[in-house]
This record gives sequence, C-alpha cells and structure tokens, in this order.
Amino acid sequence: MRKATWLSLLLALAVPGGWLFAAELSEVYESATPPKPAGELDRIVFAKLDKLGVKPVLCSDAVFIRRAYLGVIGTMPSADEVREFLKDESPDKRSKLIDRLLERREFADYWSMKWGDILRIKAEIPVNLWPNAARAYHRWVWGSLLENKPYDRFVREMLTASGSNFRVGPVNFYRAIQDKTPTGIASAVALTFMGARTDNWPQQRLEGMAVFFSQISYKPTSEWKEEIVFWDPTQVKAVPGNFVPGRDTPGTIRPKPKDAPEPPSLPPEPAGPLKAVFPDGTSIVLPPDRDPREVFADWLITPQNPWFTKCIVNRIWAWLMGRGIIHEPDDIRDDNPPSNPELLAYLQKEFVASKYDMRHIYRLILKSQTYQFSSIPRDTRPEALANFASYLPQRLDAEVIIDAINKITGTTDLYTSPIPEPYTYIPRDMPAIALADGSVTSPFLALFGRSARATGMANERSNKPVPAQWLHMLNSSHIYNKLTTGPSIRTVFEAKRPAEEMIQDLYLTILSRYPTETEVKIAKDYLDANRGRREAAIDIAWALINSTEFLYSH
Amino acid sequence: MIPQNHLQGVTKITRREALRRGVHGAGGMMLAGSLASVATSGEAAPEKPKLQPKIKSVIQIFLWGGMSHNDTWDPKPKSGRDYMGEFMDVIDTNVPGIQLTSLFPMLAKQADKFSLIRSMTHRNNGHETAAYIMQTGHLPGGRLAYPSIGAVFAYFKRNEYKGIIPPYVVLTRPQGRFSEEGFLGPLYKPFATGGDPNAQRFEVEGVVARGITDDRQKARRELLYKLDVLSERLKDSPQVADAKQAREIAYELILGSGRDVFDLNKEDAKLRDTYGRHTFGQSCLVARRLVEAGVPYIVINYPGGWDTHSNHFTTMRRQCPQLDQGLAALLADLHDRGLLESTFVWCTGEFGRTTKVDWQPPWNGGRHHWGNCFTVLVAGGGFKGGRVVGSSDETATEVAERPVYPVDLLATVYTLAGIDYTANLPHPEGIPARVLPEPSDKVKSTGLLTELIA
Repeated sequence: MRKATWLSLLLALAVPGGWLFAAELSEVYESATPPKPAGELDRIVFAKLDKLGVKPVLCSDAVFIRRAYLGVIGTMPSADEVREFLKDESPDKRSKLIDRLLERREFADYWSMKWGDILRIKAEIPVNLWPNAARAYHRWVWGSLLENKPYDRFVREMLTASGSNFRVGPVNFYRAIQDKTPTGIASAVALTFMGARTDNWPQQRLEGMAVFFSQISYKPTSEWKEEIVFWDPTQVKAVPGNFVPGRDTPGTIRPKPKDAPEPPSLPPEPAGPLKAVFPDGTSIVLPPDRDPREVFADWLITPQNPWFTKCIVNRIWAWLMGRGIIHEPDDIRDDNPPSNPELLAYLQKEFVASKYDMRHIYRLILKSQTYQFSSIPRDTRPEALANFASYLPQRLDAEVIIDAINKITGTTDLYTSPIPEPYTYIPRDMPAIALADGSVTSPFLALFGRSARATGMANERSNKPVPAQWLHMLNSSHIYNKLTTGPSIRTVFEAKRPAEEMIQDLYLTILSRYPTETEVKIAKDYLDANRGRREAAIDIAWALINSTEFLYSH
Repeated sequence: MIPQNHLQGVTKITRREALRRGVHGAGGMMLAGSLASVATSGEAAPEKPKLQPKIKSVIQIFLWGGMSHNDTWDPKPKSGRDYMGEFMDVIDTNVPGIQLTSLFPMLAKQADKFSLIRSMTHRNNGHETAAYIMQTGHLPGGRLAYPSIGAVFAYFKRNEYKGIIPPYVVLTRPQGRFSEEGFLGPLYKPFATGGDPNAQRFEVEGVVARGITDDRQKARRELLYKLDVLSERLKDSPQVADAKQAREIAYELILGSGRDVFDLNKEDAKLRDTYGRHTFGQSCLVARRLVEAGVPYIVINYPGGWDTHSNHFTTMRRQCPQLDQGLAALLADLHDRGLLESTFVWCTGEFGRTTKVDWQPPWNGGRHHWGNCFTVLVAGGGFKGGRVVGSSDETATEVAERPVYPVDLLATVYTLAGIDYTANLPHPEGIPARVLPEPSDKVKSTGLLTELIA
C-alpha cells in the first residue's frame, strides 16, 4: 500500500520522461492551479499585487501541510499525517486541516510560548517572577488561549487583576515589568497592547498615561516570595511605619526594622482627585472610588481605540506571515505606515465584528490564498515582499526545531533552570514549546535564539543564523547522538526493505514530502558507496535536517 | 559601614568637566563625579588619562558560586579559628608584605605578576544579580538587560579580530546566570566549548566530533550540498543567504585550521604537566592558545563552582590546589611568551563568602554569600603586578580602606583596551545604552584604578 502510493507519485512526476531536476522540484514545491481570490482579504491583497504587476503562485499540498503544522501548532506533521493529507482528494482539504489544527492542544502550547515572550513569563533575572508565579501566569495564558477567550477580556483581566502572584495568574503582568514606576508600567502597557514604543512619544503623553498606573502596590505575605498586587488609592505602602510583616525565608518572621518610624495615629487621607490623560489626548479626572487601571482598560478596549485592534491583528498577521503589515509589529506610529492600510482596516473590522475572536482572525488568514503563496519569489523588490507577493521563509523557532528533531529521532532533551527551582519538574517528554518558564532552558534553546523575555519586544527572539548554530547542527555530539541512537529513527534505518522505501520514509518524516526521482538516486548512490549502510543512512538523515527546507518554514 | 568617598568625588568635579560629560543637575552624578575626578586630580589636569591601549585579549577566570576570600587571598590569621576555620597558615609571596593562605604556594611565587584588589564591594548577595553587576557594571532591574563585558569586548574588537573562532569563548560550560550577549544579539553570545580539555582528545562541541573522520565529514558535506535543493531556490532571501554564509564559516572550523587551536596534543607534555593534568589546568592552557590565535575574550568558568554553603573545607582543599597550579602556570607562561603585557587576566567570583564560619548544622562549617567585601586578582594588560589595592577590616568582613566597585574595575579594563566606556552600544531599537552606567543611573563608583595603571 505504502509502496503503491510512492510508485504512483513517482509515475506522476516522471510521466513525460526526461524531465529536468528543476521541473520535478517545481511540482514538489508549487501547485499548478493559479490562485483566485477566495474572499475579501485576498481581494485586497491581490488588488495591491496587481498594481505592483506581480502574479503570485500557490504552494503545493506538501508545502502547505508542513507550513500549516509549523505555523499553527509549532509541531511537525508525522509521516502518516503527511501521507493521509496528500492522499485526500477533497477540494477543501486545506481548509479542513486548518480547522483541525486550531482545535489541537498544541495550539495553546505554541501560542502561549509566543505570548510568553511578549508578556515576559520568566521566573528569574531580569524580571524575577519566581517559579510558582511564572507557572500561574503561564497557566492562565494557556487556558485563555485554549478556550479562545475574547481578546478584550484577556487584556482587561491582565490590566485590572489584583491578588496573589501565585494564585491569580494575570497579576503577574505587572510583576513581569522590570521598571515598576508608573511611567515604566505605562511604557510596558503601550508596547504590549498598543504596539507603541514610548521612546518615540512626547514625554507628556507618557506621563499622562502613567497616572493610571500610579496606584498599584505590592506587598509580601507570610508565604515565601508570595506577593499581593493591589489597588492602593491611599498609598498605605508609602505611609512611614506601615510595615507589612512577612517572611524572607522559610521559618523566619521578618522583624520590624529598627529604624522604622512610628505609624501615624490617624489613617491616611485618600489621595485627591487624580488627573490623567489618555494617549489620544483626552483628559479625565479619575473618580476616587474606581481603580484607575479599570478606567484605562475600558478606554483601551473600545472598538474606536486607534491602537488596540490594530496592534493585535497586526501581531497575529506578523506571527503567521513572518512580517507585519506594519513592520515591526510593535512599532506602530504615524511615520511607520502599514504596507496595505486597507488590509489592516479589514482585519480590524472583522475582529470587532467577531467580538474580539482571535481564532476568527487566524482562520481568515490561514484559509486565504495569500497564506498559501509559494515561498519561491517571482519578484524580489522590497515592495513586493512587504505586500506578501510570496510567502516569507522564516527560520523555525528554537523550540520548534528541537521538538521536530526529537520527534523525528524519538529522543528527548533535558530542560532545567540554572537557578535551582525546588518545585520544578519537567517531564522528559514535554516538548519545548510547552515550557512555561523562560528560565527553564537548555543550551540548544539559548544558542538558537529563544527570547530572553527581558523587554517584551517581539524581536527579542532572534532567528538570525550564526556560525555557532551550524557547528551545533552539523557537528555536535548532541545532534549526532540523537541521529545514531534515537529509537524512532533507528526503526527507519533498520527495517529490512528496499533502500528506496527507507529514503522515502526519511523524506516524509523530516521534510514532510516524497522525494523526487533525482533525490532518491543521490541518496541511493550515497548508500551504495563504500560506507556502511547504517552510517550512510545516518548521513542522509543528517543532511536532511541540515537543509534549508528543514530549518525554515517555507 | 562603607566610607562614602564617592560623594566627595562629586564635589571635586569641575564645571568644565561636568559640561563636557553632559552632566545635568547636582544629584546622581556618582559615577561621573568619581570617574571624572580621576581626570582632574592630576596637576596637569588632562582631559582623560592618556593611556596607550594595551589589552588585546582578556582571560576571565570566573569562580562562579563565589570563592571565600579570607580562606584564600585575604587571610586574617589574627581573626582566629571562628573566621579562619581550617586554614590558619599563611605564607609569604615573592613580594614582601603580600601574604596568601598556604593553599596557594605556586601563586605565591608569581605575586610580582598580579595584584590583589582586597576591597571589592557591591553589597549584593544573589548569584544572578551579583554576576550581572560584576560583568556588566550595571545594576539589575533597569529597563535593559545589558551584555556582559565579554560580549562588549568582542563587539568593540570586531574590526581588529577576524579569526574564524568565535570572538567570545567559554571553557567549557556557559554560566547561564544571565543572557550574556544581551541585546547585542547572537553573534556575541559566548561560544561554549563543551568537552574536557583534560581528556585524551578535547572534543569541542561542534568543532571536533567523536567518531567522524575527515573523509566522512567531506562526503556528507557534499551530500548536504546536493540535497539542499530549496536553498538554491531561496537564494534571494536575505535570511537564507546569511545562513549559507554562516555555514561556510562553521565548515572552516570543522575542516580547516581553526580546530588545531584546541588540540592540546600539539603542546609539550612537560608544559601540560606544569599547568596540571586536570580540567581547570588544561583549560588555562587552551586559553593561552586562544590568546595566541587572537581571540579577544576567553572565560574559564571554573568547573565545579565555589558555592560552598556546606562541605566547604573539603571543597576548598580539593579545588584550591588546582586553581593555584593552573593560574600560576598561566601567568608564568604568558609572561615567558611576552603575552602578559597585552593580555588581561582577572580572577574572581560574583562575590566572596561570609567570613565567619557557620558551624551550625546543616552547614557544618560552611560559608554563605557575601558581597560587602571580597578580593579580585588582576594581572597583565597594563595592570601593575605585586600590589595590593584597598584593604578589609580585621576579619575581612567589610571594606576598611579604598572601596572599589565593579564599575571601577570594568572602566579601567575598558580604558586599557582602548574602549570608550561612555560610548553607546547598538541597541536594536536605538534605545540609548551606554557601555557603563550613566551618571543618572546612580551607580556607586570611586573612579579608575589609577594606582594599578602605569
């Protein structure tokens, strides 16, 4: 059965006979069907491409399944999943695949990882959430994404939460900000939810916004490293002598400091009415009985807010397409215009109409023809690339690469924190995309540019290639041991069957596609050369995981 | 209590100097005040100390975990057993007046080549935060996570050093305490060798692979080029083009001459014995070979570490003789080869350890974190040898004289390397980020270590 599929494909590729290598490959990567706009999104993109005189090409089914798995759930498809999909002849199979992927648990894993970078989910330096809190924060994000919590609620909960860092996940948004002054917090809020870098703002605007965050306080409890985030309108924390007892280390009650002044006999007066200014210039006198954070959040999440929906739909687009309509996605300002304003406006409109349904935006993008363009560029002008004339190849995230290699070989990696985390247990088979805490890591993840989660900038994650990464991929004992001893890949090497079948299995497992005739020949010649068969088979697998096709989403 | 000398520095600052450095207001100019005062204290009042850049390479021996200072390089025999614990004996060195504990007989013979800063202080007792302060000069908790001195050094030497070995090498495991490259990006990430230099063959991770012959390396590379078909199609993508270029550099190391630098079998067996047949000793030898190859910054991350809350004296008995042998051999060898003048060697942990022994269970004679006062060893690269800077009190617990802050040492090193520590580092978002803290960052400082630089 398996052999029949393979043969029929070979036949399909070889029909006219004497095809060149390149002709074969075009069929592997691209579809012969010309793209037709499949909805409003496509209509807007195609109109722009028409003006630029670019005729896009669609990707093949094999490219699509790999792109969709890696892009939507950060996980490689298995060889069987690839075979199934390629065999399926229904016309809407791509759309059905997207629906299936959006329901997988790995969707929540992978997108919690992406949000973890932005929200700085990390136990240790520099944000110092502490392990329990990092996990509470992550669990809340993960659950929100799994249930597809409306985005306005997701953000409002984070901005207005109060309570224990161990028990109320979203309060850690504030604790994960390094500079906890009102302006530091305002700056982080602007970056995260408005896509704005306040370094470019007039100082006045930042200061006006900072007032909303001037009544947040933090206090310890009797549990080690527990901290309550709360609205503190009377600034009780600032009152001299108002000492909150707590424990620094287990078993020791923190004594009142010797130099603490006596508390005043009268309770402090609430602060007078505060005047704050929203970033759009509207001023407001804050009512004394309302948490100013709520006032800000309610302004932020309205459909009319000029930043809120723009920021999130552009972020999702950038995550899926490799580049924002506004580039970079967290640099929204008047002098950095979108490459296609109509497209951005359309996504915002859809987002509001769907009541802030993030998966609706995912579906719109993932099911568009635009998402399905071939990655082989027909036009390399910057304006063509900025308008998504071809799919932008992206180096896979560190976590995704190592998960893929582990899946292919049937091996696992050890993830630890350099600082002992007494309550941390990472099961051996947990994929790297599911790690909650940015402090829990491995040399591979660090080397391949996982985000340090210090600033929440999107580009803190670096997928830029450097030689040391190649030394690791090409020649490290870490990768070598996986290829030589991994139980899954050994099954592929050791099964008694014709070489062609083994080569085909390696291609399906590693590159998610069938090999071409030429590729089978190259691999077979290598097997037949004087080296031992097993060693040669390892080298073929090694070459495939070091190929651009494996290391990039394309 | 630390004398607040840095405040006096503020009063010394001249108006001209303040304007030149762009200092505004009277408050919070601790760093500018004291570092500026160096420039204005001489009779001729030069704008900046005129120093020929001397340092080409740095070897940083990082005693992570924090080595006890009163057990080693700042002994206080009069403080008694409560403080000295099991190491009551002190020995003279080849410099009159400088004494070490008897754990360091070989280093004692090289005392003319190094100096000891016995008054280093930052008062921070957390591993990560203290390691960050010692290697960046910045205080943790600011908006930015700064790169370590190794990454900064590699960045500023990028036009001078064009070798194929990465510019910032760590023997053998990374510290992992913080992201050392910071916002400078992965090009300045420390390259950790892995492997063991004391093994039969030093298997540098990614460079020297076990069980793969050169023939097989070449054959599989050819196979990779043949099978890497998409790369040709995407050759116009800048990301893919960068990756191919990086791959070629990696292959120069794997199959070219780069790997020879790590091959200790090319060294004289007797010299290898002198360095000590242990991981630390042989790491020192590799570090010297890397200096000869021009690599700008090398860290030896002490294998095993020094975080001796318990099992303290046993660990010290095991590790100190190795540290003594390797470091002494390194200094002597660099000197003999004429490399010490252009190579700065420094050896310290992120802090010292509590000076009073904790005899209570479960520590049973342990020492805990102590950042108030500890000792740093510096040598070469224009630093004078045979000196002691500052002093600690009678139990080595607090600074008695001449506090030195991490930022002062780093500023001195940068100065001797011809690196302007007031320059900005390239931040990806263009956020101003100085090599060392700005005056407004309120980082304590007492200025350059003028007494150690010629």
